[in-house]
Amino acid sequence: MELLRLAAFEKRAPDPAALLAAIPFCRHMGISAEVADGELTLLMPYAPMLIGNPVLPALHGGAIGAFLETAAIAEVIWELGGAQLPKPIDITIDYLRSGRAVDSRARARIAKRGRRVVNVHAELWQEDAGKPVASLRGHFLLASL
Amino acid sequence: MSKDPANTFAAARLGGTAFIVSLGGEILEVGKGKSRTRLPYAPHLVGDPDTGVVHGGVITAMLDQSCGIAVASALKEIMPFATLDLRIDYMKPATPHIDIFVEAECLKVTHEVAFTRGIAYQTSRDEPIALSTGAFMLIRADRDAKPGA
Repeated sequence: MELLRLAAFEKRAPDPAALLAAIPFCRHMGISAEVADGELTLLMPYAPMLIGNPVLPALHGGAIGAFLETAAIAEVIWELGGAQLPKPIDITIDYLRSGRAVDSRARARIAKRGRRVVNVHAELWQEDAGKPVASLRGHFLLASL
Repeated sequence: MSKDPANTFAAARLGGTAFIVSLGGEILEVGKGKSRTRLPYAPHLVGDPDTGVVHGGVITAMLDQSCGIAVASALKEIMPFATLDLRIDYMKPATPHIDIFVEAECLKVTHEVAFTRGIAYQTSRDEPIALSTGAFMLIRADRDAKPGA
């Protein structure tokens, strides 16, 4: 992506908001970025199209998974840079509570950085950061830097 | 097997959830603990604008949904359930501009939990783009289940 190549060339972290805006599926889901004290948090505002169970109502497990995966990818780019997006190798999502029809936030951290692969943990919460709705562990392949 | 059509109907209704509709996914076949779904390629699904490859989350959503549909069609009675966990291996990136198919199977239903696996592919089932293993928690009416507690 041009904005990643430019940031890599200028040896600075790319703008997470611009990164998310440049990815069509992230735009579709309405995902945006907030940076405070050097920490990246992603926001997915509630929208009716994110619903998987209209009776409860609850967010779709796939919407939760897609948001967590986006948080993991954005964190890797934010911390490590790179001219291309990291590619998911495998992910495991644990669903801890049902996702309610309210805004969601997610934050990720790199648990281990290898030469070619990073292990990333991500967590999604809604009103109470102490009560995570879902968590993700995954391996991502780094683009050659 | 008189309950089969009702459960197939209940499972088919799951294909109409808002998130899957927003992706453009559709059910092709469902019944007896198995499902086959299709997701046509669309520009809004792209996760990497350099390559046009769809976002991994799109595949995750289709696998989750297809496994859920398979669970619904395997149950002897209609009841709500929720994804407990989902593990996905991304074998290779999906080729842009080609439909994605997902086949899912409910392997076992216990009193509390249903176990599933799924496969996502494009032109051939022998060349999967992703595999999934997932467990679903059944919310039986005879339990004091409190989702989201």
